[in-house]
Amino acid sequence: MTTTTAPARRQRPSLPYLLLLPAIVFELLVHVVPMVVGVWMSLLELTQFQIRDWSTAPFVGLDNYRTALDVNGAAGEELLHSFWVTVLYTVASVGLSWVFGLAAGVFLQRPFAGRALLRTLFLTPYALPVYAAVITWTFIFQRDTGLLNHVLTATGAVDDPPFWLIGGNSFWALLVVSVWRSWPFAFLCIMAGLQNVPAEMYEAAAIDGAGFWRRLKDVTLPMLRPVNQVLILVLFLWTFNDFNTPFVLFGGSAPDQADLISIHIYRSSFITWNFGQGSAMSVALLLFLLLVTAAYLLVTNRRRENA
Amino acid sequence: MRETAAERWARRVVLSLLTAFTVTPLYVMITSAAKPLRDVQGAFTWLPSRPSAQAFIDMWSTVPLGRYLVNSLVVSGVAALISVAIAIFAAFAVSRYRFRGRQIFTVTALSTQMFPGILFLLPLFLIYVNLGNATGIALYASRTGLIITYLTFSLPFSIWMLVGYFDSIPRGLDEAAQVDGAGPLRTLFRVILPTAVPGVVAVTVYAFMTAWGEVLFASVMTNETSRTLAVGLQGYSTQYNVYWNQVMAASLVVSVPVVAGFLMLQRYFVAGLTAGAVK
Repeated sequence: MTTTTAPARRQRPSLPYLLLLPAIVFELLVHVVPMVVGVWMSLLELTQFQIRDWSTAPFVGLDNYRTALDVNGAAGEELLHSFWVTVLYTVASVGLSWVFGLAAGVFLQRPFAGRALLRTLFLTPYALPVYAAVITWTFIFQRDTGLLNHVLTATGAVDDPPFWLIGGNSFWALLVVSVWRSWPFAFLCIMAGLQNVPAEMYEAAAIDGAGFWRRLKDVTLPMLRPVNQVLILVLFLWTFNDFNTPFVLFGGSAPDQADLISIHIYRSSFITWNFGQGSAMSVALLLFLLLVTAAYLLVTNRRRENA
Repeated sequence: MRETAAERWARRVVLSLLTAFTVTPLYVMITSAAKPLRDVQGAFTWLPSRPSAQAFIDMWSTVPLGRYLVNSLVVSGVAALISVAIAIFAAFAVSRYRFRGRQIFTVTALSTQMFPGILFLLPLFLIYVNLGNATGIALYASRTGLIITYLTFSLPFSIWMLVGYFDSIPRGLDEAAQVDGAGPLRTLFRVILPTAVPGVVAVTVYAFMTAWGEVLFASVMTNETSRTLAVGLQGYSTQYNVYWNQVMAASLVVSVPVVAGFLMLQRYFVAGLTAGAVK
């Protein structure tokens, strides 16, 4: 051991790695190893008979992928259906969440009585545990005892109270709950982004005679661009992978019209016990998300460079 | 800049609609928890016919809510504490040192966040089951297995947020400590952590919330003894009856502490999010 007093960071170049070690070990354990195992599983014929000792499961190569992704077969057709439901759900949910978050952020910029209270209130859905929130919505959507049908029949909007959690309406029920849960996060990020917009920019725009929409288009949105880029990507990934909302709303098997891809894979794996095929679908889903993310980052970064 | 009359009205209408949307479930949760069973089984009413706290008493015996609550507290608490402890060291390394692989580490850790949970669930399930069969270490259906899983869920985001907080602490403080002869760890514990306390608390609450609200792994990786609230609340629906007043009462009880913690610390969340996102 030397007793020189040279700066610590020169003395031990291994220190940062030691500090990272615990994080790396756990990441490997729960993310990297399972991912490798998952890819391996997708190449096996893995049903409930091989679960106890899956080293005996027969290797089938890309068969699981062929079955899962063959849109002419039953499994592929169902997967494709789930995929489109998920795309529609994600686009609608992310779009609405962003618009709501932006509206709340913009209208809460100006001080007024009750502003702090509304800010806090709008953040509450984000903090509420998923299952508590979604169970409450389940109650609201009950056909005979729920608030929604009570309001609809009382106002005369419908004569015959519809079902909300089975059939075609289930998609809309799912969407409402999803937006309710995710728009506060959009609001939180947009609010944080708006704090960086200097008030003089609005003053200058106002002097130039810019109205509400012009200020939104020429000042607010350009200033929010970096926040929006991250926000929309994060919301997209969360919503596309969302399992909690449909699972609590519908249980393990969602109605066809609201059969999101995560629920679909869950069902193929844990209800029909076809783990090999479930893994193949998961890996395919991951590849799709990686592609979309890469394309998104490419496009947004290029636009930023051009700007 | 003056607000025009049209803008004022637009603001009122939009904010009122958003308020109504936000509040409706909260209102239903609170009022239904105070309803007698007869009320929640009939047509919807805005107010309880006779307000009663009975649901808050019955909910403990309809399902073993106490056990689920303890399980959730242990799992989420331990996972949050360990994950933040690990994140503190990692964030310190990322924030204060330039080393080979720094960028790769942060990008890889963050990108695990975008992967579908179901991708990890199937293999982890198999690994836990097989490890248990081979070695007798019970990870499947145990709190330990769930804790290990959860602590890595919040880890990447905790590191990200903590790097943001640590970066905002001036390097001058580190250098002053080093001049006084403090080593790196001493600098971390004596200088950086005390300054970042609000941030560390906010990240801990975030990690706790992540685990407290997780449904997918909780529903596959637990059994009757290790079940958490996320799955346990579904026990109020039987084949014949749904005890909606008790579900709402239980939901209220499991939500209030988390919501209160979050709302108290929301300022620091916003700070952490901006620090990460705007960079």
